[in-house]
Amino acid sequence: MTPWCKALAPLVAAAALAAAACGGDDAPTEVVLVTHDSFAVSKPVTAEFERASGLTLRVLQAGDAGEALNRALLTAGDPQGDVFFGVDDSLLSRALEGDLFVEYRSDELGRVQPAFRPPDDRVAPVDHGEVCLNVDRGWFAERGLAPPRTLEDLTLPRYRGLLVVENPATSSPGLAFLLATVARYGDRWQGYWRKLRANGVLAVDGWEEAYTQQFSGAAGSPGKRPIVVSYATSPAAEVIFASKPLTESPTATVEDGCFRQVEYAAVLRGARNEEGARALIDFMLSQRFQADVPTSMFVYPVRDGVPLPAAFREHAIVPASPLTMSPDRIAAGRDRWIDEWTEIVVR
Amino acid sequence: MDGDRRPLTSRAGTALLAALPLGFLALFFAWPLVAILERSLVEGGRLDLPFDVLTSRSTIEIAWFTLWQAVVSTALTLVASLPLTWALARFSFTGRRLVEALVLVPFVLPTVVVATAFVALLPDGVERSVWAILLAHVFFNIAVVVRIVGPFWEGQDERAWDAAATLGAGPLRRLRLLTAPALAPALAAAASIVFLFCFTSFGVIVILGGPRYATLEAEIYNQAARAFDLRTAAALAILQLAAVAVVVGVAGRLERRLGGARRARAQRPRRPVGAERAAVAGCVLVTLGLLALPLLALVERSLAVAGGYGLDHYRALTRETPALFVAPWHAILNSLLFAAAATSLALAVGVCTSLLAVRAHGGTLDALVMLPLGASAAMLGFGFLIAFDDPPLDLRSSAWLVAVAQALVATPFVVRTLAPALRAVDQRLRDAAAVLGASPSQVRREIDLPLLARALGVAAGLAFAVCLGEFGATVFVARADWPTLPVAVFRFLGRPGAANAGQAMALCVVLMALTVATALAAERAFALRGRRR
Repeated sequence: MTPWCKALAPLVAAAALAAAACGGDDAPTEVVLVTHDSFAVSKPVTAEFERASGLTLRVLQAGDAGEALNRALLTAGDPQGDVFFGVDDSLLSRALEGDLFVEYRSDELGRVQPAFRPPDDRVAPVDHGEVCLNVDRGWFAERGLAPPRTLEDLTLPRYRGLLVVENPATSSPGLAFLLATVARYGDRWQGYWRKLRANGVLAVDGWEEAYTQQFSGAAGSPGKRPIVVSYATSPAAEVIFASKPLTESPTATVEDGCFRQVEYAAVLRGARNEEGARALIDFMLSQRFQADVPTSMFVYPVRDGVPLPAAFREHAIVPASPLTMSPDRIAAGRDRWIDEWTEIVVR
Repeated sequence: MDGDRRPLTSRAGTALLAALPLGFLALFFAWPLVAILERSLVEGGRLDLPFDVLTSRSTIEIAWFTLWQAVVSTALTLVASLPLTWALARFSFTGRRLVEALVLVPFVLPTVVVATAFVALLPDGVERSVWAILLAHVFFNIAVVVRIVGPFWEGQDERAWDAAATLGAGPLRRLRLLTAPALAPALAAAASIVFLFCFTSFGVIVILGGPRYATLEAEIYNQAARAFDLRTAAALAILQLAAVAVVVGVAGRLERRLGGARRARAQRPRRPVGAERAAVAGCVLVTLGLLALPLLALVERSLAVAGGYGLDHYRALTRETPALFVAPWHAILNSLLFAAAATSLALAVGVCTSLLAVRAHGGTLDALVMLPLGASAAMLGFGFLIAFDDPPLDLRSSAWLVAVAQALVATPFVVRTLAPALRAVDQRLRDAAAVLGASPSQVRREIDLPLLARALGVAAGLAFAVCLGEFGATVFVARADWPTLPVAVFRFLGRPGAANAGQAMALCVVLMALTVATALAAERAFALRGRRR
């Protein structure tokens, strides 16, 4: 053996060991949650689940909501984990058609607010979040200009060049905002977007670029545009993660034109630990987990009677009548709308 | 060539040398890629070749943009980096090693972060244009040229230069006749890597270009990970890989052909005198200034707290955060651990490959090792998912895949640094040793390796830097409880609020500091070993 390749023997051995350690366990001692990058849960809550169930919770995160779902679809039937969390209405049809999940009706579903009851027996709602326009309050105050209050306002000359949105082909809030305009304007939605384009809308690929780079209201952002498509909870996040205590959020939500996204969890078909998967879904619907949802993931609980933390009560709104769309209608129109949007806004 | 005259024992050695790179590539590159292509293109047992995708107007437009921006970016990068490369290679001055290490910093920073800095610094009109993309590519890749071409320029014989000057050749003529041929192999090596990086560019294109611009890599990601149109993604991935294979083949041939150029023994850099001082100072300061501007903006943002400056964001790195499953400082240790493992792997694979690459018929393996740079990270990540799902290779959820993915990306850098250096070793030295009774492995140990010490140092430093900063492939395999620094930065940037943005910037500054520290350390360690010999 040449001296250089001798150095490799330990590495090969290590790889073999790692492989062996990963394979072949009998009685399941862990439950694996496959989800997207935005999933979060606080340590004490995880510990409570692990104590009660006797299982270790392992979380596999894989990109944003769309990417995580597509990776799960790729391994359908031979999944990486036991539970999938993070598919919302806009992609639900793709998951159901892909035969990704098995049926499970948790007893806890009875405690879910009626507005969020699941459209299919295979999925359980866990949280809802509203994609809304956010405005930079300081920017508008400085110029003595009133922030926009409706979707229609965005087409007015005085808001020219102020709006940044996400590309619906590559971003979940971007798609939600497109769906909001389709829900509001029906067949005339293309005309609305033509007006937005004429009024200088900027489209970027993802929420990160839009919010942290182009939006002027985000702390530390170099952005120059004071209106952005983000979430109803973003103003509360600006307060909670501020560098110094704030009494008021630097940003505000525009209540008109919000679009509701409900996120679901489900037992993966072919799960190694199906029993543990059901226990995890029960837990995600429990009072304990639901109360943790706002501060961990910046979305709202779906369970009845779960109190919101103070920062959310004071600095965020739960839109009273958000725009919605049925998963079936979304599935039927989504791809066509995205193509048309691209033609109108990007080309 | 000498390959055919070697005794049998050397054949066995060749097979052993080849086993590692071939096994590594077959297992972690070819197999997952074939698995995902098969899944994408085989429908009901029948191969469904996606010619319609390849000939569509959108594909042609994307391919054309991918090509021309890569060519222009590579040319601009070469032009922009040569003055600094010259100054660093020929002259010694206070802080030279530090400058060399600093140049690596832009190269390892996550694209998201650099793009943010660019958005902040560029004037409005330029901010989201093709100019921003080209500028960012130059910014990222200057290190590649400085690092790969530098050692060659250092080794150039100055006596010939002086002699030519005495004989009346002007500076331009001397550059063309003396410097250019001597540097050509290293320039070809560096250009091929820069080209591959720009050709497969993703983050820069998405963030600075926006929805209007797409490279093949960006479009593959969109089709595979977002639209879940695997057939289209596979078609584009094959196109990209084929294009990369052509480039790698041509560049490899070029590098080998040019590699025959004579090379004198290494010279020690000297202190600049007279007008040289101003020239050296100018080259270093201008390039460094341009590189430093976005970096300083990041440092500034990491220190900015309400009403002034402070270390709050750095202190927060020790505390739990909802953005990550572990306290942020874990990411520092993870990054070092994975980068160390991946660098060892890349060095082992790269050294074996380079030793073979300088022989006759070594070009194929050399080219194969380069291919992972041209493969779509998204498709390869998907391939890992379906290829490694059964024991004993149930690796798809293993944290160690990160090291494997990083090693795939880092190996080409090792080979492109070592192979030109190895070719430049005077064959007569090897022959003399053989005549005196040294076995082939003794020749390698006593002749090649000591002469390679410096190149090995550069390769190790570069590979480690590549691994530290690797994001595109890492993010596809990284586990939530084992984030690396760039992954942690990305997670923080994905959340609103000043504290999250501040911690992202603080982690970036830590990443920069680690890069400089490890580059200096690697250089020192290998330089010492080289001297001892």
